[in-house]
Amino acid sequence: MPQIDVPLEKLRFGQTSRQDAWWLAPLLTVLGLGVGFGYLTWAMFQPEHYWWGPYLSPVCSPEIFGNSPFSWFGPKPAWFPWPSSVPFLPALLILWAPGGFRFTCYYYRGTYYKAFWGDPPGCAVGEPRSTYRGENSFPLIIQNIHRYFLYVAVIFIFLLGNEVLGATQFPGPGAPDRHFGIGVGTLVMLTNLVLVSCYTFGCHSFRHLVGGVLDIFSKSKGRKKAYDCVTCLNKRHGLFAWLSLASMCCTELYIRLCSMGVISDWRIF
Amino acid sequence: MPNANFKVWRGDAKGGAFKDYSTDVSEGMVVLDAIHKIQADSANDLACRWNCKAGKCGSCSAEINGKPKLMCMTRMADLPLDRPITVEPMKTFPLIKDLVTDVSWNYAVKKTIKGFAPRKPDAPDGTWRMQQDDIERPQEFRKCIECFLCQDVCHVLRDHHLHDKFIGPRFLIYTAQLEMNPLDTGDRVPDLKHEHGIGFCNITKCCTKVCPEEITITDNAIIPLKERVVDRMYDPLTKLLRVLKG
Repeated sequence: MPQIDVPLEKLRFGQTSRQDAWWLAPLLTVLGLGVGFGYLTWAMFQPEHYWWGPYLSPVCSPEIFGNSPFSWFGPKPAWFPWPSSVPFLPALLILWAPGGFRFTCYYYRGTYYKAFWGDPPGCAVGEPRSTYRGENSFPLIIQNIHRYFLYVAVIFIFLLGNEVLGATQFPGPGAPDRHFGIGVGTLVMLTNLVLVSCYTFGCHSFRHLVGGVLDIFSKSKGRKKAYDCVTCLNKRHGLFAWLSLASMCCTELYIRLCSMGVISDWRIF
Repeated sequence: MPNANFKVWRGDAKGGAFKDYSTDVSEGMVVLDAIHKIQADSANDLACRWNCKAGKCGSCSAEINGKPKLMCMTRMADLPLDRPITVEPMKTFPLIKDLVTDVSWNYAVKKTIKGFAPRKPDAPDGTWRMQQDDIERPQEFRKCIECFLCQDVCHVLRDHHLHDKFIGPRFLIYTAQLEMNPLDTGDRVPDLKHEHGIGFCNITKCCTKVCPEEITITDNAIIPLKERVVDRMYDPLTKLLRVLKG
C-alpha cells in the first residue's frame, strides 16, 4: 500500500473546529444504552416477578428451567450446576443470545465505539488514543461472529411469537382452564414482538444472507424480493434498534409491576 | 448586505495559522463565492482548488466550521453569521498551501485495486446483457465524485494515519462497485482483508454523513463487503456449503 511521506498533524483528544454540539449524540447514546441495558441486566439478576398470569417477561423467554408455569422442563434439576447459595436465575441461561446479537450488531458497534470508546468521539473530532487496531485483530475481530448470533436471534423471534400467543390464554377461575382474552399486557408483548422482529429482520447480516451475497439478482427473483424487503427494514435499522430496546425494557417492567401487584393488568376482552 | 467574518487557514507544509477576513454576503452565495471574494479583495495569494462550482468535480473539499464539506455546495445562508466561519484544508492529506492539499495518495491507492474483469461477452457481437435489478447497487457507487471528504473524515486515516494499511471509504466503495458488478469476475475479497484493511473500519458512519452525493457508504458498500469477507474467512458453515456445492 502506498504511504504518505509527509508527516501529518497529530490531533489531540477532542480537537475539532466543529461549532455544533457534537458531544450531545454520544452523551445521549451513553445514557440510552446505559439505562436500557442497565435495566435489562438488573432484571436478569432478579429471581422473581418475571411472569404474571399468561405473561412471561422477554428477559426470561424461553424459560428452560424455572419455577413458573412457562418453564419447558420444570424447576432446575439437581444435576444442573448452580451455586446453592444463589437463587436460580432463568434469564442467565438464555440472555447471552439476544445480548450477543445486539453487542455484535453493526449499528450498535458503530454507536458504542463512538460513545464509550471515543473511537472517534464524534465525526472530525480528535481521539483519546494514538494506537488503533479496529476490528482487524483480536479482540474485536470476534465481532465477525455476528451472523451466528443472528441464527439464534431468528429462533428467538419464533419463541417470542409463541409467548405472545400464550399471552392470549388467560387462566380461568378454576385452573387449569384457560380461555381466550386480550389484556394490555398482550398488546405490550405484541408490540415488543413486532419491534424486535423489525430489528432482527433488518439486520445487515440477514440482508447479506437473503440476497446481498448475489451479484446477479435477475436469476433469483424470490431472493431479490426478500432482499428488497430486508433493505426496507435495514434503512431504519438504527431506529428499530432503539425502539426494540425500549420495548424490551417496557415489556419487562410492565410484567414485573403486574407481578408485584403495583399495577393491575387491564383486560380489554 | 450582511457581513460575514471568516477564519481561513493560511500556511503550507511547514506550518500556518488561521487568519481573519471579512466580506459581504449576498443572497444565494456559497462559501466558495466568499473565498473567491476574499481572494479578490484582500488575499490575492490565497490558494484554493476549485473547478465546476456545481458539486460535481469534487475539487473544493475543505472543512467548514470543522465539518468536511464542498465549499461550492455550502450555502452561506445555512451558516451562523454571528461568529467567524472557519475554513481549513482537509486534515487527512499533506498540505500544499492554504486550502489545497495533496490528494495523490488516493490515486496511488486506486491502482492497487484489481480492475474490472468482465466475463465473456453474452452476444456474438462482443456485447453483454444486464438487467436493471442487477446493476442498481453498483450504480449508486458510481455517483462518487472523488471529493475525498469521506477519506478526510475517516478516523482511521485522519487520527491514526494508517494510510499504509487501510484504503479508506472511497476505495471500499470502488471495490464494492467492482465486486457487485454483474459482469465482473474478479476476486478482491482476500485483498480486502489482507491488503486493504477492511477490518480497520469500525462502521461509525462518518463517511456516509459527509458524502455530498449521499451515497450510503457504510450500509450499502462497506458492511456488505465485510459480510463477503466473513463468508470467505470467518464463517465455517458458508465454507462448508461452498465445498459441498463444489
